[in-house]
Amino acid sequence: MRISRRILAGLATASLAITATSCGGGSGSASFDNEITVGILHSLSGVMSISEKTLVETEKMAIAEINAAGGININGESYKINYFVEDGASNWPLFAEKAGQMIDAGYPVIFGGWTSASRDAMEPVFESKKGFLYYPIQYEGRECSNNIMYTGATPNQQSEPATDFMLNRSEAAGKPFFLVGSDYVFPRTSNSITKAQLKAIGGEWVGEEYLDLSSNEVGPIIAKIKKALPRGGVIINTLNGAQNVAFFKQIQDEGITPENGYYVMSYSIAEEEIKTIGPEFLEGHYAAWNYMMAIDTPASKTFAKNYKKFTKDPDAVVADPQESAYNMVYLWKAAVEKAGTFENAEVRKALVGTTFDAPQGPIEVMPNHHISQKVRIGQVNSEGQFTILETSDDIIKPQTWNQFIKEDKGFACDWTDPVNKGQKYKL
Amino acid sequence: MELFVDILFNGISFGSVYLIAALGLAIVFGLMGVINLAHGELIMVGAYSTFVTQLLFKEPFLKPFFGSYIIVSIFVAFIFSATVGILLERLIIKRLYGNPLETLLGTWGVSLFLQQFVRSFSLSFGTSVIISIISGVSLKNIFPKSIKERFNEKYIRLSNWIIPIFIGILSNNFLATNIPRIRRPDSRLVDVTSPKWMRGPFEIYGESFPKTRLVIIAITVISVIAVLIFLNLTEWGIRIRAVTQNRSMSECLGISTKKVDTITFGIGSGLAGVAGVAVSLLGSVGPDVGQLYIVPCFMVVVLGGVGNILGTVLASFGIGILTDIFASGRLLTLFPNAPSFVFNTLNFFSTSSMAVVLIFSLIVIFLQFKPQGLFPQKGRTVE
Repeated sequence: MRISRRILAGLATASLAITATSCGGGSGSASFDNEITVGILHSLSGVMSISEKTLVETEKMAIAEINAAGGININGESYKINYFVEDGASNWPLFAEKAGQMIDAGYPVIFGGWTSASRDAMEPVFESKKGFLYYPIQYEGRECSNNIMYTGATPNQQSEPATDFMLNRSEAAGKPFFLVGSDYVFPRTSNSITKAQLKAIGGEWVGEEYLDLSSNEVGPIIAKIKKALPRGGVIINTLNGAQNVAFFKQIQDEGITPENGYYVMSYSIAEEEIKTIGPEFLEGHYAAWNYMMAIDTPASKTFAKNYKKFTKDPDAVVADPQESAYNMVYLWKAAVEKAGTFENAEVRKALVGTTFDAPQGPIEVMPNHHISQKVRIGQVNSEGQFTILETSDDIIKPQTWNQFIKEDKGFACDWTDPVNKGQKYKL
Repeated sequence: MELFVDILFNGISFGSVYLIAALGLAIVFGLMGVINLAHGELIMVGAYSTFVTQLLFKEPFLKPFFGSYIIVSIFVAFIFSATVGILLERLIIKRLYGNPLETLLGTWGVSLFLQQFVRSFSLSFGTSVIISIISGVSLKNIFPKSIKERFNEKYIRLSNWIIPIFIGILSNNFLATNIPRIRRPDSRLVDVTSPKWMRGPFEIYGESFPKTRLVIIAITVISVIAVLIFLNLTEWGIRIRAVTQNRSMSECLGISTKKVDTITFGIGSGLAGVAGVAVSLLGSVGPDVGQLYIVPCFMVVVLGGVGNILGTVLASFGIGILTDIFASGRLLTLFPNAPSFVFNTLNFFSTSSMAVVLIFSLIVIFLQFKPQGLFPQKGRTVE
């Protein structure tokens, strides 16, 4: 008892000393006619918090930038944006519950989500309560909600160009493919698209493996890869965050490296992940994104510089998900100003066709509530950045219903005509 | 032959991860009967202390010895995890002996607490809290007797905690200023880089084995031997076994069972820390790294027969070999000419997810026939 009380006292003193230094923050003091509060709903605790916290920071930064530039301007009146941050705690039903509360509280828009599971949990809430969600992550497609704006890539803006590149123009061109992913909806859907695409463009796939989300033991999968690809090949990787580390460390130990003719194309490895895994394990492998920190334009450099300044972390990196999160705040602002009101029905109409000069270049909202954007293929270099090998010539339009999936072939989505063409209609 | 070597090596290397992770639990759960759901988080503490040791070895003054940091980190991880384990035993589990359900819930709470602690605070903060607690616990033993006698006990007790707090604050500042990677509170998922000599494959007789796996096997073998020597040949080991067999009789004979409990728990936790070193070599280190191993750990201990180290060894290698046979598609190689429906069935079952299902079902079936595991405890002590 004596010991425990002393330890508690020690702990309490120490943590007091720490918390005293970690409070603070400030706000600008421009004059505004009015205020509006938006919702931010990401996981601040739990498994996903590591990734989702970077989105919260980026969204706060975009809001701070907009406020510093005079806020939102509606019919001559300026509005200051306030935000209310909620914690989804990596718990998908909780996301739905909190989203419901935030819509009831009257927030005109909610920026949030990362996993497909959290988005799917929130979708019915936003549809029944007529709220509006902005969702920033590249995902598997196959949905098109009137109440969600998707600013990440659809498969035809990431995995399809990537597969084409690996088969035809990469250092492993012409070699067989092996597909590896975590066992949930995104990798399985993405891989079924890749397989159909390989069949159509004349590639060969020799195996497909999924790792249970509760496991880190990639050994058996590596044994299979070695057997299926004895002379090198392409590995398409859709593993989840932490499982990537185990995978890349162990394939290097087993000699599955670019020097031996094995090239991995990853859809979930961005700059932040390279930093975590370590560039020495990833050098020479590929990834496909819409935004990469290495993009050499003033807009991209300013974005990275501002983020480092905003988070007060000189080593911070920006990646595609953050850029998407940044863009969606600006797209919402543009749509509101175009509509002249915060009313959802009006903003939704104004949203389609809204453009923004994003850090990656110009983007535009399409009638299916996704955005048209360019695709880039990068190769990881020793500094932990991408060397951009290819940028798509054209801005690629999003296909939410993928043409390589049998049930979706020939369908599209167009919310400018919700009665006849909403959600899913036959072309 | 090559296939046999492959299966054996992969089986042993998968199995040794299970074994090193479960060894501490075999002592805590097997010998003491404590269902410790925070075992996974003790592995996590070990893994994080490996990471911090590695970062310290990247500092200029230790840089020349970087290749050997893994050996140092085994001891560091053991000490850190053992300290956390001893605190856990002293503060919580001690009060719950004889109430398995409460122990289970209590340790589960601790496990959640430790996970969120790592998520919410920066690593430098966490490390310095642990350092200050370690120095606080050990300081009073370091004070020379002459000082203890000269001053009032009250002052000793006061300084006993004031000094560690200062040590904690100093080490927090030192770590935060020198190692920027652990200052930031947002990146919890960290990665241990193995030294150069441990990377890549090791080739012998035309077969190649990953060096990391060989190192893990070595760590496991040494730990098992050390545990066996400790339990069978040292005084404290014999006391531990005596208390396991008959608590009240040992107490009558003058063995301090409280001290034995603390030491046993400390060693079990320390071994979890060593497992943390092994785990950090294989994958990433994150707040929930322990969750990946806790279920296999209990599975191995139960299958081996609670309280039997040899059973734990055989159970983990058995599970390892079965994992390799099922998940790596060995059955397909063994029977390449099987009729197509058999081949397709085999194909369906030879994925990582299905292998887990198969192994679990086999264990359930096995426990139907031998509910006490491979090596049940015999005699009157089994109650």
